[in-house]
Amino acid sequence: MKKNNLPENKNLDLIRALIIKHKKNDHIFAGIGFFVIASLAVALLVLFLDLLINGYPKINLEFFSNFPSRKPEMAGILSAWMGSALVLFVTFFVAVPIGVAAGIYLEEYAKKGWFADLIEINVSNLAGVPSIIYGLLALGLFVYEFGMGQSILTAGLTLSLLMLPIVIVSTREAIRGIPVHIREAAFAVGATKWQVTWHHVIQYAMGGVLTGIIIGMARAIGETAPVITIGALTFIAFLPPSPVTEVAPFINFDWLDAGFTVLPIQMFNWISRPEHAFHINAAATGAVIIMLTLLMNGVAIKLRYNIRKKIKW
Amino acid sequence: MVLTLKKAVIATLATSAITTSAFAAVDIVKIDGSSTVYPITEAVAEEFQKETGIKVTVGVSGTGGGFKKFCRGETVISDASRPIKAKESKMCADAGISFIEIPVAFDALTVVVNKDNDWAKEMSPEELKKMWGPEAQGKIMNWSQVREGFPSLPLKLYGPGADSGTFDYFTEAIVKKEKSMRGDFTASEDDNILVQGVAGDKGGIGYFGLAYYAENKDKLGAVNIKNKEGKFVPPSVDTVMDGTYNPLSRPLFIYLNASKAAFDPKVKKFVEFYLANAGKYSKEVGYIPFSKEEYDAIIAHYKTLKTGTAFKDGPAIGLSVKEILDKATD
Repeated sequence: MKKNNLPENKNLDLIRALIIKHKKNDHIFAGIGFFVIASLAVALLVLFLDLLINGYPKINLEFFSNFPSRKPEMAGILSAWMGSALVLFVTFFVAVPIGVAAGIYLEEYAKKGWFADLIEINVSNLAGVPSIIYGLLALGLFVYEFGMGQSILTAGLTLSLLMLPIVIVSTREAIRGIPVHIREAAFAVGATKWQVTWHHVIQYAMGGVLTGIIIGMARAIGETAPVITIGALTFIAFLPPSPVTEVAPFINFDWLDAGFTVLPIQMFNWISRPEHAFHINAAATGAVIIMLTLLMNGVAIKLRYNIRKKIKW
Repeated sequence: MVLTLKKAVIATLATSAITTSAFAAVDIVKIDGSSTVYPITEAVAEEFQKETGIKVTVGVSGTGGGFKKFCRGETVISDASRPIKAKESKMCADAGISFIEIPVAFDALTVVVNKDNDWAKEMSPEELKKMWGPEAQGKIMNWSQVREGFPSLPLKLYGPGADSGTFDYFTEAIVKKEKSMRGDFTASEDDNILVQGVAGDKGGIGYFGLAYYAENKDKLGAVNIKNKEGKFVPPSVDTVMDGTYNPLSRPLFIYLNASKAAFDPKVKKFVEFYLANAGKYSKEVGYIPFSKEEYDAIIAHYKTLKTGTAFKDGPAIGLSVKEILDKATD
């Protein structure tokens, strides 16, 4: 074949020009992407550093072990972080089983059709509903209709409603990512549908599911509006009854019924006070909330990484 | 007086069958209501709990939200930065809950201007009305329109939102009509935002509680207000206490569930502690205490268990503590 065939050469040039052009587009897109990510990261960093620098003098052991007080230097977030922790505990144990089960059902068992489509659209939409709407729903349903009062249980259930769509969607995404041949191989050796789901699908999807759970929890920890709506307290200087007791059966559920406050409410209260010293407390609380969120997201990434490493297809 | 209490008891008994047990002693003294009164109640609750070990919780649902819970019997005390309204009063009556109205301290609504504002050091309520009244909307946009001799500078107004008790009191004291104010001002429920707004705007003017001005004296100037006697008076603890700072000093209240305050040992103990220490703690958190005699009168009023409000015919400006106590009727 002759090398310098003219028309072919012209084609080659055209193709090269095309490649160069597309590569340039690639670079432009990557540049824009980097710029967007970088500006978001910088914004978060500036915000976080600002809170940290302002709140730094308050972030010590006493801040975590003191109750709120009218004296800013003595005020702490004990009841607030305890409240947040207990509420999230309830949220976790309600939203995770229901959310994962719903995700598996929708992906593995539900018949595809208009009904499944309807549910799918609804679940996706629920993930975008403003949180105050969940608060109003919970106020009418949990607080008054079911008579649960302004308790940790109510708040936990409310936040689990908020978290459910996130868990369901991420479970489904994770399950969809499992190659069909894994399933087919399991079926081929005679596994039942449940065995396939339990031994394979859930195991492989776990990384994605965990990520969804923790991102959902990280969202729940910062939520203020629905918790205020259901009537969380602002000043509470005692802890709920302990979940662990000294006599059999060693656990009790009285704490579910207790009043509570959460970190964002405590922060909001302090930021609106006239004294500047309280604003420092608010900044410290904000830094704590962001650190908790970052910690949770970090754990999610680490868990996902570990689980993915173990899977060898 | 005994009669009103009897009525209260009968009413509570009558409804106790449908609501929760009225005479069951409370475990926790539950309080909710105004964010303005919150700092005083918080201080009292903190010390009371330390001293007695009795548990107290305080929520911040706003004065209106607090009354809703109070009239449902969910709380035993309600913090209020304005008197109870007829509608709320009726809600309580329908639920068989009668209340005792207790003023706890004064707050001075402080009109503030920018630090560089050297012309509006003194103003009259009429001039404030000219600025804030509903007729001013879209028309009074420049300082020069407020008074001859004021410089030509855009007028920027900052104030609390229409849901706040501070807004209500200012409107009634200045415009002298409920809920009647121009709508084109920058509103925020967070007074610190208003501080930022006025501090950053040479033509800015706003109003909020004295405590927020006291913490930001380096950034803001307070306007002396012309009182009934025709004198221009600066807002301060002294001028509020001697009554010369009017009409912008307002009483703050707590409302007690009458039957709980009469019969529940923990609630009773808490109220007694509150009234004995209200002066000290209200001063500590930036409000203005009543005089010793006035607190004595309030304690006596509480002991008679006289129910009802002094503001049955709507809001009233400039009532003294004595008048508030004397006028209380169901």
